[in-house]
Amino acid sequence: MYVAVKGGEVAIRNAHRLLDDRRRGDRSVPALTLEQITGQLALAVDRVMAEGSLYDPELAAMAIRQARGDLIEAIFLLRAYRTTLPRLGPSRPLDTGRMRIERRISATYKDLPGGQLLGPTFDYTHRLIDPAMAGAEPIEAPERRPCHPDSNWPRVTDLLGDEDLIEPDGEGAEEPGDLTRDPVSFPTDRAVRLQALARGDEGFLLALGYSTQRGYGRTHPFVGEIRIGFVVVEVDIPELGFSICIGEIRVTECQMVSQFTGNGSESPRFTRGYGLVFGQSERKAMAMSLVERALRAEEFDEERLAPAQDEEFVLEHCDNVAATGFVEHLKLPHYVDFQAELELLRRLRREQEERSRAAQAAGADETREVAE
Amino acid sequence: MKAFSGTDDTSDARRGLMGALALASGKLLAERYATIEAEVPPAIAVRGPEVGLVMLRGRTGGSGAPFNLGEASVTRATVKLESGEVGHALVLGRDTRKARIAAHLDALWQRPEWRDRIDRDVVEPVRADRAETARAMAEETEATRVDFFTVVRGED
Repeated sequence: MYVAVKGGEVAIRNAHRLLDDRRRGDRSVPALTLEQITGQLALAVDRVMAEGSLYDPELAAMAIRQARGDLIEAIFLLRAYRTTLPRLGPSRPLDTGRMRIERRISATYKDLPGGQLLGPTFDYTHRLIDPAMAGAEPIEAPERRPCHPDSNWPRVTDLLGDEDLIEPDGEGAEEPGDLTRDPVSFPTDRAVRLQALARGDEGFLLALGYSTQRGYGRTHPFVGEIRIGFVVVEVDIPELGFSICIGEIRVTECQMVSQFTGNGSESPRFTRGYGLVFGQSERKAMAMSLVERALRAEEFDEERLAPAQDEEFVLEHCDNVAATGFVEHLKLPHYVDFQAELELLRRLRREQEERSRAAQAAGADETREVAE
Repeated sequence: MKAFSGTDDTSDARRGLMGALALASGKLLAERYATIEAEVPPAIAVRGPEVGLVMLRGRTGGSGAPFNLGEASVTRATVKLESGEVGHALVLGRDTRKARIAAHLDALWQRPEWRDRIDRDVVEPVRADRAETARAMAEETEATRVDFFTVVRGED
């Protein structure tokens, strides 16, 4: 229960002023620029865009700066911002098959057509803090190697699909459900699950994905392919009667190949989980694809015993803005609620005391009777 | 992806123009536009520039059923010339100047006497810039290609 509480205006005003000061920090140190944040903290920006569910690197950088680097707070800011803008329409579905590749690896095929390209990865780094990071040493330009401009990058899943060894991409409605417009009702469908997971909290999905690997909803996964790069965004323009390219965005896609299914009539084949995330967000895309596969348990007649297989549990808890809102609201005044609880507690105590006094008195009477 | 209706050579060329302008860096586009701005018929604002959102969609598994991935900020603008041509722009991001310039160029491009000039002075330079950026990324990525080799073990 909430009641209007007055008072504290001055304290709040001064707290916000103090926040501004602490955010800025030592005035003799130059303030962060948005270019520095988008350029040098690019993966934080990507995470905020993905979970804020709004692709706009500059806005995400502003949010990170305003939130003093608290990424969930920044995600919250971005979500709030999006509610102020009109939706002009949907894009055409992105064609990740025509991605300008920045990284592309497969753990299932060494020699996949198009090859394996590591790109700017943390993999194979020593994970030791580099003393150079304390300074501003000049950085070498990257190595370049000539390449064919029209390189072709078939998806690993298409290679398996050609032999019918893996399930197809997945049919569904041409007009997908949208959880930002309509409340989610369970059971829901794959499109809504993918939307929820794409904006879901990376930590939550990582933990759930990990849980599936540890036996809580076994999926026995392989990374069929991870690709990171730029895809063109196309939108139909009714005034013109055709679609146009409106720009390009960076995305990460993960195709997780999972254990087979099949029954008497159908031949066994691999199943899959899919991950697609704004920006360079490999861990998130992998976690998403693991959880996405686990959530399809029902489809494959798998026993639903683990949290990662429970659609309602996952979808209702993967949104960190909703989660932080409900957890953090506990800080708000609950004086009346608490007074009611306190009053109840006092009454219970009083009643218990009365009961025990009565019992004591009865006991004393009995003792007296026995003695007599 | 092909146009959804009304496809002909002109609309294909116009799609190409609008795409090139959308993919251009706002800064370079403004620089190139500045070289022709003084000479061209001015744009009369019809709508915007206004910032809004487009819901970006992906496809399940890469090419299956569509799903809503998340939104992106976009800016749209519509202008017209005194002679009646209407120019549209819809570009990712919140660069209102870029959208207004793109809409103006789209309107001008519909006038035959300006088309070549716009192609030469604006579209070609921004296309070349983007091609160079794309080539740099492709070549840098190519240098990280894994060349597997098999280590022969034992004696032959």
